[in-house]
Amino acid sequence: MEYAIELRHITKTFGSVVANHDVSLDVRKGEILSLLGENGSGKTTLMNMIAGIYYPDSGEIIVDGKLVEIRSPKDAYALGIGMVHQHFKLIDVFTAAENIALVLDKQEKYNLKDIKAKAQQICERYSFDIDLEQKVYEMSVSQKQTLEIIKMLYRGAQLLILDEPTAVLTPQETEKLFAVMRNMRADGKSIIIITHKLHEVLSISDRVAILRKGEYAGTIDTAAADEASLTELMVGKKVELNIEREAPVNPHLRLNVHNLTITNAEGIKVLDQVSFEAFSGEILGIAGISGNGQKELLEAIAGLQHPEKDSSIVYYPDDDRDSTAEQLIGKSPKNIRDMGIHLSFVPEDRLGMGLVGSMGMIDNMMLKTYSEGHSPLVDRKGPRYLAEEIKDELGVVTPSISTPVSRLSGGNVQKVLVGREIAAAPSVLMTAYAVRGLDINTSYTIYHLLNEQKKSGVAIIYVGEDLDVLIDLCDRILILCGGKCNGIVDARKTNKEEVGLLMTRLAGKQEGGVA
Amino acid sequence: MTNTHHEPLMRIVKRSESTFKHKVIIRLIAVLLALVIDAMFIYFVTGLNPFAVYTTMFQGTFSNPMRFSWAMRDLASLLLVGIALAPAFKMRFWNIGAEGQVLVGALATAAVMVYYGGKLPNALLYPTMLIAALAAGALWGFVPGVFKAKFGTNETLFTLMMNYVAIQLVACCVNIWRGQASGLGKLNMKSKAGWFPQVFGQRYNINLIVVVLLVVLMYCYLRYTKQGYEISVVGESENTARYAGINVGKVIIRTMILSGALCGLTGFLIVGGRDQTISTGTAGGNGFTAIIVAWLAKFNTFYMALISFLLIFLEKGAGEIASAYNLNDFASDIIAGIILFCILGSEFFINYKPIFRSSKQTSIGKEVA
Repeated sequence: MEYAIELRHITKTFGSVVANHDVSLDVRKGEILSLLGENGSGKTTLMNMIAGIYYPDSGEIIVDGKLVEIRSPKDAYALGIGMVHQHFKLIDVFTAAENIALVLDKQEKYNLKDIKAKAQQICERYSFDIDLEQKVYEMSVSQKQTLEIIKMLYRGAQLLILDEPTAVLTPQETEKLFAVMRNMRADGKSIIIITHKLHEVLSISDRVAILRKGEYAGTIDTAAADEASLTELMVGKKVELNIEREAPVNPHLRLNVHNLTITNAEGIKVLDQVSFEAFSGEILGIAGISGNGQKELLEAIAGLQHPEKDSSIVYYPDDDRDSTAEQLIGKSPKNIRDMGIHLSFVPEDRLGMGLVGSMGMIDNMMLKTYSEGHSPLVDRKGPRYLAEEIKDELGVVTPSISTPVSRLSGGNVQKVLVGREIAAAPSVLMTAYAVRGLDINTSYTIYHLLNEQKKSGVAIIYVGEDLDVLIDLCDRILILCGGKCNGIVDARKTNKEEVGLLMTRLAGKQEGGVA
Repeated sequence: MTNTHHEPLMRIVKRSESTFKHKVIIRLIAVLLALVIDAMFIYFVTGLNPFAVYTTMFQGTFSNPMRFSWAMRDLASLLLVGIALAPAFKMRFWNIGAEGQVLVGALATAAVMVYYGGKLPNALLYPTMLIAALAAGALWGFVPGVFKAKFGTNETLFTLMMNYVAIQLVACCVNIWRGQASGLGKLNMKSKAGWFPQVFGQRYNINLIVVVLLVVLMYCYLRYTKQGYEISVVGESENTARYAGINVGKVIIRTMILSGALCGLTGFLIVGGRDQTISTGTAGGNGFTAIIVAWLAKFNTFYMALISFLLIFLEKGAGEIASAYNLNDFASDIIAGIILFCILGSEFFINYKPIFRSSKQTSIGKEVA
């Protein structure tokens, strides 16, 4: 068997944190290998060592049967290794071709015409769909990703590493990417793909290598694997992969959103006359392609947007009597809180909106409650207690509750945020992409938490991207397309095709993108 | 491809949490290294005896109680501005206008001394000077604060330009007040109205007392108060602040008023306690040096005190060397600069450590499959 790359006993530590311990794995020529592991299991660190970003503390890397030292991304390029990172390394104001020119070797001449011709060949060979004259800032996320891959192939990559490439793609774009990946495999290239989505692992890869807590847990042939066995290998124990869903108990009208219209700074209507009701003890799902008004919808309810005049968001405290109803439009988050309304909101941008990255868990716990009481001083006793509690109950992995949360892994950051929002005993709980980037085990922990909140009578609004989960978890699903409500369906009676169709179909318009 | 690669000669890795002992050792090594490099510079370039030069440098601050007292006086001015900048910088509001804010505070103080000196009893004159200085400084902070909060203007340019307005105002007033004289001497020379009383033998000792108090107060304000918490959140992310229900504009304006007012206070202390007069050089560049102080200390006021002391010590030492050996200023500045460079450079080694090639573990099997 010929190997594209072999790793032998790789160990890497950051201070006292062991990211990888004695990891040995190999990638065959012409295969797609999935690298699977929970958040913080060291997948990205391992890949960064192959790509020359980090240097291993100990261990060996063998490329094409030869022992090599990869000291920088340049060394990696020279060995035919290219990595597409989660955050793209492109220059916005350059065209696709100019970005490709950036990876030229020093000896090569800068001749944009030649570069374009060669890049065009690569595109045709693997059927990439891209305009080489287009500027990067005009590109969609998927096009940028395509450009990154072309860049690596142009540089002669034989081994491609893709770090969570599908996290930012729609299902259609993912299919396109997979088709291209299969073309590359047929051409003899090797690919390592990191993803959390098990069905993708099963559909695209030949073998699956699994990391558990920084250590190598084994490699299995995809043909012999299923979701349950992969999860078990990854977590180290059996995990129940069923989402429970009970009928809402005694639902009351909690929120009545009517004619909600929001115009953004560029004068575009990002929400257009959206109306719906949310009930206590119910999970209302919001489906839609990313950027179709989901963010604005949740922010409007939280008091962070300025809706147009005829919009109305009415909150009903206990039952649906109009006498106790409160209009939320025109109120700031603080006004809403002062009215005694507990709105919890897990925003999409965790460290840019939900949490303060440079602060520890303790200080983040009091983000919404710090101003309570008359003392000019902050009280850290309650938050400290709460931080300890969340750390223990949700199993947050952190050196200490004062460690800046930006240093935690994505899953742990999300646990801190969700934990705080649930601890506030909300009557309405809004979550935006609550499980994005989380491993399967943590995702199910979050679903479980949401179900518990549902049982205790909270009205939950769940913005999601995984249609299977939306259909399994929610009671009703509202579909947004182009800022308009394209329908509200009963999750128990609908199917993926119906929801998928509603997500993309808008009268006279095929693609529903607003942004 | 033939393998011509070797493990890099040196690579940098992050340390886990450093212990206190470890930090002290690294800093001591830095100081020693600085002294060695400086000794070579002194010996080979200036031809002097390094040990004699070091002694002279030390004498700049410590040769007698008077020298030490002067050093403390200058430290007070610098540290006060650093403390004033701390809340603004913590909020990521780049207040480059401390120089101007100090000047207008000084100008307001001087104006009260000129127009009310001798007319008001001291018991009333001091508070009037103080309030005028606080108000003037606060105004100089308020204006860029409001524009930032309401219109999102760039505070760096705004505060910088306000400095020039302050300098011109002072130049204008000095011209008016000096009358026919060639310069503005000490104000109220005869009556000493508005001059601070002597405490422990010096008028500027009041400045020292105030600065010690403020070191503690500002530390507590930033760390333990709700307003301090708001400043941290706004500094990290305005979106998070809005999400938390913080009125971002209000926090920006309030913090800039505080920062400006404290600069104004510094102006009051400089005029009343140190100079008893005013000129365009009253702030003496402290408004800019204090930016370095605040940054290096990561806005911790106790560290600020240490860093201010280091800067003043080096400045006095360099001056002393220059005059004692008749060296040119540049040579003495280089000597002080090398010390500063080594001490600041050592901070890197507190967070990171270099690993050299030979230290690689070779216990792992070498066979290639």
